[in-house]
Amino acid sequence: MKKIEAIIKPFKLEEVKDALAELGIEGMTVSEVKGFGRQKGHTEIYRGSEYTVDFLPKIKIEVVLADAVLDNAVAAIIKAAKTGKIGDGKVFVSTIDDAIRIRTEEKGEKAV
Amino acid sequence: MLKSIRKLTLTLVLGAVAVAGFGVADTSWAQDAAVTETVVVAETTEAVAEEEAPAYTTMEQFMESPILYPRFVIDNLWILIAAALVFIMHAGFSTIEAGLCRAKNTVNVLTKNLFIVAIGILTYALCGFSIMYPGSSWMVGEFFGFAGFGIGFSPTETDPEVLFAKLTPLGYALNMTTWTDFIFQAMFAATAATIVSGAVAERVKLPSFLLYATILVAVAYPITGSWQWGAGWLYDMGFKDFAGSTLVHGFGGFAALAAVLVLGPRLGKYGKDGKIRPILGHSMPLAAIGVFFLFLGWFGFNGGSVLSADPVAVSLVFVTTALAGAAGIVTALFTSWIVLKKPDLSMALNGALAGLVGITAGADVMTPMSAVIVGGIAGIIVVIAVVAFDKLKIDDPVGAISVHGVCGVWGTLAVGIFAFSPDGGETKFSFLTQLIGTASICGFAFVFSLVLFLIIKAIMGVRVSEEEEIGGLDIGEHGQEAYPDFQPRAEA
Repeated sequence: MKKIEAIIKPFKLEEVKDALAELGIEGMTVSEVKGFGRQKGHTEIYRGSEYTVDFLPKIKIEVVLADAVLDNAVAAIIKAAKTGKIGDGKVFVSTIDDAIRIRTEEKGEKAV
Repeated sequence: MLKSIRKLTLTLVLGAVAVAGFGVADTSWAQDAAVTETVVVAETTEAVAEEEAPAYTTMEQFMESPILYPRFVIDNLWILIAAALVFIMHAGFSTIEAGLCRAKNTVNVLTKNLFIVAIGILTYALCGFSIMYPGSSWMVGEFFGFAGFGIGFSPTETDPEVLFAKLTPLGYALNMTTWTDFIFQAMFAATAATIVSGAVAERVKLPSFLLYATILVAVAYPITGSWQWGAGWLYDMGFKDFAGSTLVHGFGGFAALAAVLVLGPRLGKYGKDGKIRPILGHSMPLAAIGVFFLFLGWFGFNGGSVLSADPVAVSLVFVTTALAGAAGIVTALFTSWIVLKKPDLSMALNGALAGLVGITAGADVMTPMSAVIVGGIAGIIVVIAVVAFDKLKIDDPVGAISVHGVCGVWGTLAVGIFAFSPDGGETKFSFLTQLIGTASICGFAFVFSLVLFLIIKAIMGVRVSEEEEIGGLDIGEHGQEAYPDFQPRAEA
């Protein structure tokens, strides 16, 4: 089993979710995060004082899936999340030791 | 910076041209007002002539008076409504302060505001009312008086002479009952005290602040109030402060300044290199809602200060109040746009309040045109003041000192510049008298606050620890969170 962590632009979430659903992947965890890579921040002003904001809002999607669907999933995410402009994000893949469904206590690929 | 000053000057010149045009239109309005006034005066004189003295000598007789009693009921009712409107200003103070402070201090900000309205009304009932309106019980010249503890009147009173004195206009000299007078003025006292809570937010120790605010509203506010509204020495001088630009706002603003100087800035606000690091408010919607509530409440704050439901006076006050607030919003927005590069919502919100504070001293003696100018100038002043205080390293999270202190002084002085004489020339307002009035009250507030806060600092400290300030006062002072993320367990 593999885990995908994808950092994407916030407005791309629906598209990525739909793209994964088309592959039969229906479970994921989503969090609102802030971050930056090579995309620079911007300047804001509050009550007369300027300050730089380096961290930009992003969405992190975490999906655990079977090895077999990994490559298709990664390709689907990239296709849905890409805008071609700086700040599109990154996809990280790691190996998962185990997964257990809490309700039924199923283990392994049956749980994802 | 130079470029933006040139832009500002151009805008001011264009604005002045627009204002001049407005002024031409305004003259015609003034003429219409004069015509209606003459008609109204003629009718009133007729009515009074019909009810020749003695109008009434007992409460029962008074309640039978066909014209005087209904008028009394209406006047009294309006002041009660106005008191309720002033009360709602505390919802405004609470939300604007909460919105402009960080989420981790929200419970603390709200608690301070809730406590102040409570302790303000309670202490006003205990001693504030009778310190502010000593009547004939002056003790130290006309600087301090005290008419005894309590409101001075009981609902179980049966003595007809006392009832007459406290519940009828002939006895009480105002077209309202003693209760109405008390509750309306009590709301003002609470408003003055709550101004300080915004300036000291996010680092003041709660018990120290509660003690400070109690003494400030119970003793200091009624003393300065008595100098003017209590018929004290400033009243004798001809000082004019219609609804409290100085008595309430200047008082609160300068008391806040003293407290902030003793307290010091928030951690991390000013860098060692002299850099100002903005500490962002956590909710602009809350702040904006707060200002709308305050604006609404101001119709009662100024409208009720007519102390009757006189249709001419109250309606004029509604107009001048609204125009000044509106002008303040516009000029503050554009001043921040030009001078600070972007239109700043929090500055525009401060601008609304600045305009309202500015008109408060003379809302009943200003033409609509003058109201626009006074409010508009207040909007410009407040933006400059907020930035200036930051440059002086005086940390005021919500701009209370700029809005209430600085613009309170401006509003008071503006009476000496713009006000018209309400009785056709007999009463004149002098800039010098206005200056003396505002300087003495604001000075007293500053010194009183400074001494009180220093004493409290020596006894129990006034500032939370660094650790607590970083973790947030909600956890530190209250053991509560305003926005809890993870809920405690559902079952025992």
